[in-house]
Amino acid sequence: MVENTKIYTSNILFKKQKVNMKEKIAFILIYAVAFLTIVALLSIIGYVLINGVKYLNVEFFIQEPKSMGREGGIFSIIIGSIYLTFVSIGIATPIGVCAAIYLTEYAKENKLVKLIRFGTEILAGIPSIIFGLFGFVFFVILLGFRWSILSGGLTLAMMILPTIIRSTEEAIKMVPTSFREGSLALGATKWQTIIKIVIPSSISGIVTGIILGIGRAIGETAAVILTAGSSLGVPSSILDPTRTMSVHVYLLASEGLSKEKTFATASVLIILVLCINFLSNVVGNQFMKNTKVS
Amino acid sequence: MSNTKIRVKDLQLYYGEFHALMDINIDIIENKVTALIGPSGCGKSTFLRTLNRMNDLIDHVKIKGNILIDGIDIYDIACDLTHLRKRVGMVFQKPNPFSKTIYENISYGPRIHGIKEKSKLDEIVEKSLKKAALWDEVKNRLNKPALGLSGGQQQRLCIARCLAVEPDVILMDEPTSALDPISTLKVENLLEELKREYTIVIVTHNMQQAGRVSDYTSFFLNGEIIEKDLTKNIFSKPRDKRTQDYITGRFG
Repeated sequence: MVENTKIYTSNILFKKQKVNMKEKIAFILIYAVAFLTIVALLSIIGYVLINGVKYLNVEFFIQEPKSMGREGGIFSIIIGSIYLTFVSIGIATPIGVCAAIYLTEYAKENKLVKLIRFGTEILAGIPSIIFGLFGFVFFVILLGFRWSILSGGLTLAMMILPTIIRSTEEAIKMVPTSFREGSLALGATKWQTIIKIVIPSSISGIVTGIILGIGRAIGETAAVILTAGSSLGVPSSILDPTRTMSVHVYLLASEGLSKEKTFATASVLIILVLCINFLSNVVGNQFMKNTKVS
Repeated sequence: MSNTKIRVKDLQLYYGEFHALMDINIDIIENKVTALIGPSGCGKSTFLRTLNRMNDLIDHVKIKGNILIDGIDIYDIACDLTHLRKRVGMVFQKPNPFSKTIYENISYGPRIHGIKEKSKLDEIVEKSLKKAALWDEVKNRLNKPALGLSGGQQQRLCIARCLAVEPDVILMDEPTSALDPISTLKVENLLEELKREYTIVIVTHNMQQAGRVSDYTSFFLNGEIIEKDLTKNIFSKPRDKRTQDYITGRFG
């Protein structure tokens, strides 16, 4: 009897140890992968910043580029990047949010809706150079917008539309039905319910979609060269061509014009992207202020 | 003196092929609490939702018969849905405050119905919260998120939100089933106060609750009203065997 219990307990202990080993290995693996991700991120950002930040000074920000970017700063390029991003986001956000509202709140599950969903997925998967070609043929030539911020903005808007639609849709779906019922039961119309209850409750998801869109727009090169051109001047209107930072980095690097200006521009680009993310988070949190349990 | 506030005549409701409510005939008396009891799936919540047309939101629902509130057919084409729901408020099973501040939750209804002046809104918010016996607990934190309140407070907030649009009728769908006994007691005491001004219809699974708070009780079973009477009669001398079985806890 005593013998039996002994064997029994030792068996349990043995098993337990095995489970612990498995768990430990899984733990180590997960930590290692997480660590690798962070290392990859930090080394890319670090490498660019270490090579670029030392060339940053006030002149670099306020001077216009000289001799194709070999000398001078990137003032006009910063302006062009911001201008183009704002135009594309300005076009894509209202369209994307409205499309998502239609898909989630109004559309019944039918063939048309399936087609729209399928279409947005396809749109998300198309290589950017194809968008560039389309934008070039359609906006630049056919509609006669030429190489301009407008052509580039419209092209980029099409590219980031799926991101905004998808994240808005997901955010809207997360709003509990009970919120909608509560609003409708007070006599609100469907539209009032969407505008005053559904959208404010899903604003953080929508903002996330816009951030991702900005990220994609500001990092895009191929489609921008084909539609917004690569002019070095400060754009004075939406119909002027421009050059974005990504395009500038690409051209400087591929034509071997100046290593130091390449890294300096890349540093500014990275810092700007980080700032946009940070700012959007602040804005998102501001919207969320009243909506979260404190 | 008892006036009929809501008159339901030969109401039939179908979910697609399924006949969910059969031949419902009932008069709901003004300034009284009417309880709807019955086992799960018997149609009492469905019936409640026909009274403010919340079933309109669900596809494939077909409704026949008449529901008259103050003599006006609410399923008439001429009936304004927004106006109907303003007059017939609803409190749901699970507290569902919006993810806004306490103040915004209460002022939401009046705002969508066109009240803009801050002073008027302030007044409505205070009055509604007082009526819902919540004012003293929240008067110093009106601009805090409503979701930070306890479950019982949230439910009273939902009642206040409903009162803010000045309804005549309040529909309550198991309003205390998600609450603890103390909070339940507070809501029940509130009903006693509210029925002076409002007509209340309450769905409940809790027989004692029906006994405590209601003046009239209707017993639903499989989409039909088996028995309807004064609450004291239903609980002391039910006429139907099934009612007796249900209230004595033999099924359901």
